[in-house]
Amino acid sequence: MSQFAINLMFVGASFALYIGIAIWARAGSTSEFYAAGRGVHPVTNGMATAADWMSAASFISMAGLIAFTGYDNSSFLMGWTGGYVLLALLLAPYLRKFGKFTVSEFIGDRFYSQTARIVAVVCLIVASTTYVIGQMTGVGVAFGRFLEISNTAGLLIGACVVFAYAVFGGMKGVTYTQVAQYCVLITAYTIPAIFISLQLTGNPIPALGLFGDHVASGEPLLSKLDAVVTELGFKEYTAHHADTLNMVLFTLSLMIGTAGLPHVIMRFFTVPKVSDARWSAGWALVFIALLYLTAPAVGAMARLNISELMWPNGGISGEAVTTQQIENEAEYDWMATWQKTGLLDWEDKNGDGKIQFYNDKNADLQAMAAEKGWEGNELTKFNRDILVLANPEIANLPSWVIGLVAAGGLAAALSTAAGLLLAISSAVSHDLIKGAINPSISEKNELLSARIAMGVAIAVATWLGLNPPGFAAQTVALAFGLAAASIFPALMMGIFSTKVNNVGAVSGMLAGLTVTLVYIFLHKGWLFIPGTNSFTDADPLLGTIKSTSFGAIGAAVNFAVAYTVSGMTKPTPQEIKDLVESVRVPRGAGTAQDH
Amino acid sequence: MSDNSSNDAYWKANVRIILISLVIWALVSFGFGILLRPMLAGISVGGSDLGFWFAQQGSILVFLALIFNYAWQMNKLDVAHGVDEE
Repeated sequence: MSQFAINLMFVGASFALYIGIAIWARAGSTSEFYAAGRGVHPVTNGMATAADWMSAASFISMAGLIAFTGYDNSSFLMGWTGGYVLLALLLAPYLRKFGKFTVSEFIGDRFYSQTARIVAVVCLIVASTTYVIGQMTGVGVAFGRFLEISNTAGLLIGACVVFAYAVFGGMKGVTYTQVAQYCVLITAYTIPAIFISLQLTGNPIPALGLFGDHVASGEPLLSKLDAVVTELGFKEYTAHHADTLNMVLFTLSLMIGTAGLPHVIMRFFTVPKVSDARWSAGWALVFIALLYLTAPAVGAMARLNISELMWPNGGISGEAVTTQQIENEAEYDWMATWQKTGLLDWEDKNGDGKIQFYNDKNADLQAMAAEKGWEGNELTKFNRDILVLANPEIANLPSWVIGLVAAGGLAAALSTAAGLLLAISSAVSHDLIKGAINPSISEKNELLSARIAMGVAIAVATWLGLNPPGFAAQTVALAFGLAAASIFPALMMGIFSTKVNNVGAVSGMLAGLTVTLVYIFLHKGWLFIPGTNSFTDADPLLGTIKSTSFGAIGAAVNFAVAYTVSGMTKPTPQEIKDLVESVRVPRGAGTAQDH
Repeated sequence: MSDNSSNDAYWKANVRIILISLVIWALVSFGFGILLRPMLAGISVGGSDLGFWFAQQGSILVFLALIFNYAWQMNKLDVAHGVDEE
């Protein structure tokens, strides 16, 4: 069977499964559409949360980010998991007790302010929309590579599948497809990792293999990797090179941003009880950790594999791989496959029939190159995103593993897209239409408008996926910045302080939002228009703080302004103090009103 | 329903557990993983040092322990203060 047929079989089977679940789990009420009828078991919800959270970025990009930077990018590992501690301890149980359907609804009720609710809705829609663009482009790329169809056709097929289970099933359909998608994506991620870990270290658990010994050399894997990459003129893999202040703030921003992302928070509305919300956050992190503990091993092992493939004759002191080898030998087949996608390329600059891969910015290596007649690094393009997708081919794994990875990449992108689209559609139908425009809308019509909003959101996301704005890559910083600077602090103060009032909360959110947006735009360009930036992340405005690390400072500004303004304005009324008291204790959650 | 003084004690106990948990949360990630890494450089773990292990593995494992410990302690506290769900 050809690789194409195998890929088609895996992807086709996984899609049939998602559609089957969609037919089984149709939503009949708004409670089912927004919160899956609050009947989801905490372990099931944890699994769905993990799929919801782990996007194309976690599945496809993260190992590559770590592979090419090493220790310095540990921020992603700690940041994207540490947020769950904040979520579990500071938000999830209380928001479940509150017992409503959207994050903005809590902000609106707790701060007795329609303005606060609208500000939260706008942040939510902007953050979720920017986030969904990346998922849709990820779907297109995965289809394009594995099923050899055009990006556009791939994206349209993906959109139809999401439409089927998200529009009809709502949260209920999304939850159960996410469980299936988690199983697909975690299998697809760990199986190649286990194979590679066995090949390199003899240990079947990649997380342990990372700290084990490299079989071929007998040295510890990480020492071997450090030696190999420094020999090629790159920075030592395990050493700390990044600016410490920026690294701390970046990690903190990712943590606060994670805890403030609405599509993750709303998953905790679906469990039956407050105590379930606490357990469920733990289960979510268990399922996330299975991938996150594996990712650094995948990154390090792939980096070692690639370096050795390019220098197969005893490292840089031997001879580099020849172009003939690349064309003819089976273990280099993946290079030709990925060259077609434009994400990988090489060029024999000095015409010696070999491809020298090294850091041509490094002075020592420049001296060596001059001596040996090299004319610069000849592996001219290596997009770090292909690392996970090409990994099974690089490690020469059987073709069914490649088909599995194709289905896994699509599962990661689709599950996150569905969660985001659900957050957007419930904000539109519940917060804007029912909350602001037509409060007397019947449940049947609200359900209909939620479905229409979902359909429109899918259409918009598909269009954005087909025509991604030039700034698509920058917008993830925007999504995390908005969530960290506006949503997280407002929720936390709403629960942990009875003193923060309507004026304080609104001024806090607006202040946090404004400083964060201004700081991002100063560095990335106003509305991301190239050339309109006054600073760059290489030489930022404030010390060493990059615009991607500013969310934590935005959050601090939000807290400070909210407390100061609340102190100077009318105290919160008694009924709001009572509301906060009731949110703090679990008793009575079962009887909480759904409306 | 329990009276307010019991709820206050419950809330204080909750905030105390949260604070202790967050101190550990910060210590393993920002502390051992980043700021205190030079101090842990002498303790080698499989080809690197303890700080590297905390940054790429250890902090995540501690986060897990923190969340499950919190859920377990709070469920006990709910019952002790009579605010658990029936």
